[in-house]
Amino acid sequence: MIFLVRLFRLLVPYKISILLVIIFTFIQAISELFLPTLMAGIVDIGIVNGDTNYILQIGGLMLLVALLATTSLIISSYLSAKIASSYSKDLRSKVFKRVESFSLSEFDQVGTASLITRTTNDITQIERVTIMMLRMMLRAPMLLVGGIIMAVTRDARLSLLIVFIIPILLIMILIISKKAMPLFKSVQKKLDKINLVVREGLTGIRVIRAFNRKKHEDYRFNEANIELRNTSIRVNKIMASTMPLMMLIMNMSVIAILWFGSIRIDNGNMQVGDLMAFIQYIMQILFSLIMVSMIFVMLPRASASADRINEVLDIIPNIEDIEKDKDIDKNIDKKQKSNKGYLEFKNVSFNYADAEQPVIKNISFGAGPGEITAIIGGTGSGKSTLIKLIPRLYEITKGSILVNGIDIRNMTQKELRSKIGIIPQKAVLFSGTIADNIRYGKEDATEEEIKHAAEIAQATEFISNMEEGLDSVIAQGGSNLSGGQKQRLAIARALVRRPEIYIFDDSFSALDFNTDAKLRIALKREIKDSTFIIVAQRVTTIINADRIIVLDEGKIAGIGKHSELIKSCEVYKEIVSSQLSEEELA
Amino acid sequence: MKEEPKRNRPPMGRGHGPAMSRPVEKAKDFKGTFKRLIGYLKPHRYKIVLVFVAAILSTTFTIISPKVLGLAITKIFDGVMLKLQGVPNAQVDFVYISNIIFILAGLYIISSVFNYLQQYIMASIAQNTVFEMREDVNQKLSRLPLKYFDGRTHGEILSRVTNDVDNISSTLQQSITQFITSIVTLIGVVIMMLTISPILTLMIILTLPLYFIVTKFIVVRSQKYFTAQQKTLGELNGHVEEMYTGHEIIKSFNREENSLGTFEKINDELFKSSHRAQFMSGVIMPLMIFIGNIAYVLVCVIGGILVTRGAISIGDVQAFIQYARQFTHPISQTANISNIIQSTIASAERVFEILDEEEEVPEQKNAQLIEFPKGEVRFENVSFGYEKDIPIIQNMNIDVKKGQTIAIVGPTGAGKTTLVNLLMCFYEIDQGRITIDGIDIRKIKRGYLRSMFGMVLQDTWLFNGSIRDNIAYACEDATEEKIIQAAKTAHVDHFVRTLPKGYDTVINEEATNISHGQKQLLTIARAILADPSILILDEATSSVDTRTEVFIQRAMVALMKGRTSFVIAHRLSTIRNADLILVMNEGRIIEQGNHEELLNKKGFYAELYNTQFTDFDRNKNGEKEIG
Repeated sequence: MIFLVRLFRLLVPYKISILLVIIFTFIQAISELFLPTLMAGIVDIGIVNGDTNYILQIGGLMLLVALLATTSLIISSYLSAKIASSYSKDLRSKVFKRVESFSLSEFDQVGTASLITRTTNDITQIERVTIMMLRMMLRAPMLLVGGIIMAVTRDARLSLLIVFIIPILLIMILIISKKAMPLFKSVQKKLDKINLVVREGLTGIRVIRAFNRKKHEDYRFNEANIELRNTSIRVNKIMASTMPLMMLIMNMSVIAILWFGSIRIDNGNMQVGDLMAFIQYIMQILFSLIMVSMIFVMLPRASASADRINEVLDIIPNIEDIEKDKDIDKNIDKKQKSNKGYLEFKNVSFNYADAEQPVIKNISFGAGPGEITAIIGGTGSGKSTLIKLIPRLYEITKGSILVNGIDIRNMTQKELRSKIGIIPQKAVLFSGTIADNIRYGKEDATEEEIKHAAEIAQATEFISNMEEGLDSVIAQGGSNLSGGQKQRLAIARALVRRPEIYIFDDSFSALDFNTDAKLRIALKREIKDSTFIIVAQRVTTIINADRIIVLDEGKIAGIGKHSELIKSCEVYKEIVSSQLSEEELA
Repeated sequence: MKEEPKRNRPPMGRGHGPAMSRPVEKAKDFKGTFKRLIGYLKPHRYKIVLVFVAAILSTTFTIISPKVLGLAITKIFDGVMLKLQGVPNAQVDFVYISNIIFILAGLYIISSVFNYLQQYIMASIAQNTVFEMREDVNQKLSRLPLKYFDGRTHGEILSRVTNDVDNISSTLQQSITQFITSIVTLIGVVIMMLTISPILTLMIILTLPLYFIVTKFIVVRSQKYFTAQQKTLGELNGHVEEMYTGHEIIKSFNREENSLGTFEKINDELFKSSHRAQFMSGVIMPLMIFIGNIAYVLVCVIGGILVTRGAISIGDVQAFIQYARQFTHPISQTANISNIIQSTIASAERVFEILDEEEEVPEQKNAQLIEFPKGEVRFENVSFGYEKDIPIIQNMNIDVKKGQTIAIVGPTGAGKTTLVNLLMCFYEIDQGRITIDGIDIRKIKRGYLRSMFGMVLQDTWLFNGSIRDNIAYACEDATEEKIIQAAKTAHVDHFVRTLPKGYDTVINEEATNISHGQKQLLTIARAILADPSILILDEATSSVDTRTEVFIQRAMVALMKGRTSFVIAHRLSTIRNADLILVMNEGRIIEQGNHEELLNKKGFYAELYNTQFTDFDRNKNGEKEIG
């Protein structure tokens, strides 16, 4: 519950609206409760005296009161809808902004899929609870308190009954929810289990059929299914007693009132109309209690959502721009003008947040414009991590990275990243047109620039084959393009930026050989003055690099040209021999 | 593989939200689906009759009680009136009242007991029904051809097995009895009211159309807003998903502000539509209360006047007030329930759709076994295409002898699945026949046919269980010794032993607790233990580090010894030594032959070979290349 309370602090800006909701709900509750009192008047004065006029007058008054109740309720409903929607809008925006400021290490920490659900489903869940709270949670206590007050004013002695009834009802609700809650949770777990079994069955369908293991999988499913059924039956059988019990308590209370009320009427302490009104009040009171208990059933689920959202809001991104001093600024400008595209690693080490061992250990090298630096090594050797450190997607733990002679922590992230063009391993495109996607690299790129970038990236042919050329729409995730086409667009996206440093993270893997070759030639012609950092899997593609960095378990195992490494570096030799046959080596 | 357009369906969790508020999903064939759903309830028909009887009894007793309560009120009132009129010794008739109270208590208890019984019995009916349904779907899934699964996302199928069935479950549990209760209440209340006062009854019934008009008026409007809200929410979620998945790129290209701008725009739109939708649905309740209050006032006023004229008693007014309340409740409920039932039938229809899918061609009755399979595979004039007019293979003939190696080569990965699909009879070929040891694979017992193959593909599949169980997946009764032997041959024994729990280490749900290379080694161990006569291997090991790659290579060589192997080849040595090379491009087999033959042909293979595998030589001659 604490989590919810924390989130609801965001409701503070709407305090006036909330106050209004409370006031209007109060007006509504009071008018609603006033009706039975008026009715008592009809009975005790109108009927007893046979006064038709009085009855009609009171009837008219009752209609007015009912109208007032409804108007207030509609106003409060309007306000609560507004509050809930604005609130969830604020919350969504807050979470989204926070997540956008995360570096990759925060992303790893929570997980992309989980972040998505937290920003979408969880907030929707909270919105739903908020509106329920504003609509029912406020109304129920007011009806409860108002009902008690009205009951007391009708007949204080008889109201003592309430003191007995309410605790009984509360204890009942408590016992049932105590019993049912763990079962509800267990049902959810069993459901998850079924989900898991079915999902595994779907992803492994070829293997299951190939190994002829249908029976085994059926058995697993059956087991999960039986468990789910049994738990569901148990929880539903417990829940089956709730409503009948509540109704019984309510009805027995009515009987008690009838009995004691009739004694009081006989003694002349009470009137018949009052008794009738009293019965209606007791019903109001108990109904509102039941309503409150239903809200309590909803809360745990919302609380889990709130917990997950809070977790996101609690994460403070570990990369922040330094506050810039103007003097430093000038120096930086000078330096930058003189050194364009110069990159240097000085004793860089990097740890993932929870890892004991650093993934990158003590790495130093330098690269300048016109040079190709290739990074090679096995999986887990830290290649991809290493290049992600350059645009500061992760914050290094030790050492420093310099771009144009300046520590990257001493410039803004924006400035740093504007110098870099990155082409990821897995080409990620966004929904929008092809031109939009290329323009990601440079917002104000002209049509000429876009066309040129596409040309170099060998994308012109397939783009012109599409019906609307550059304006063809890419589906979400680029599902209407092949892997190679996506990769070429990702390359064009980086090219249009004309950055000082290019980073290719194994970016040619989805290309066929002809395209690959053409692309390499075109690239070479185009961008002579930039610095290249290339991650590669296969030795053949990097043999002519100016500098090959061989990574092994996060450390530099060797650095130099192919011809040097093949003699001096064991790890490099091993890689080469695993990829090329002996004749090729010769 | 086609992906069906994603259905924009609100997520359905347990229980139903405010059903008024949501655009209702409609089933295509309501009647048929409804009947079929009833069919599922048939085995429980006696229990259901019991539930109905209990529901009717419980409601009837609830309906009688206000009238009885009214009698008590009248008696009290009479006593008071007598006193007022100064009749000597006048007092409330307590004997009568206590009788009434006992009758009332009895009525209430009986009603509650029946109410409890009804829900208690329904719990097992509902859960057993959906249990059967889940079993049926699961059984059906294992009989469906792979074509079905390839054409759909997992999420879509999964949602039918879980969400849709869950939806049916909660409807069976709650809404059906509610529905019965509502109808009985409606009828019962009208009858009771008529016995008290036809005029007052008429007054109440006159308010009925108001309910319908108001509900209709608002639902039409709110549906529009809710549809808009749902659409915008979908858009927003789509944006979030896209931006989060592309986070690295967004950051690298300084696009945070643009992304945020788009988000704020959609978020604002969402606020507007959601505000309207929430308000509209929030207005229903106050209006309902208002109409209820009008009825209440009418009863009080007209009832009061009638009492003064002596037409009815004061207790009747009290009873009527209660009836009027009971009357309005089921009306708003039935509106709700009908929406719930609509969406349930839509869910049931989706479930039945799976059950109605065309199944795998059943194996022939006299399907046979091959006692000592040699693994000789022949394709005779085989033609095949996933879609009718797009042939992928035309008139293919190959003849593979025991122990031979067939290399599949080509620029793209597509095609290997086709091979698996055809060999294992996952898809039916259009023409010709495929034989193993001379027997048409369609005439071999399907389970047996598949067990003759061993697969080691790049997308490894391990399930959430111990390493031991995963290796022994192919033969459950394998001894510990054999499992360890297989692991040793696959060079994975050492690795497993470095884990704290060794062979008992449980592979987690996403199989993220061991590396990709190790997963591949485990699948090789699994294949070794299965001892198949024909292998399908994928040599691609791009996401594996070099040391593991060497291990995998050695393990594969060990595995291939003496077995007929189809290899998706990436290594030059494999290709050169292969007995037959199949060259694939864009999923089609375009050339076949051995290395020399294909080179001499100077076709696609020759070009491929020259660009891919002689790269190295050309580079040696000194031209600087990028990438």
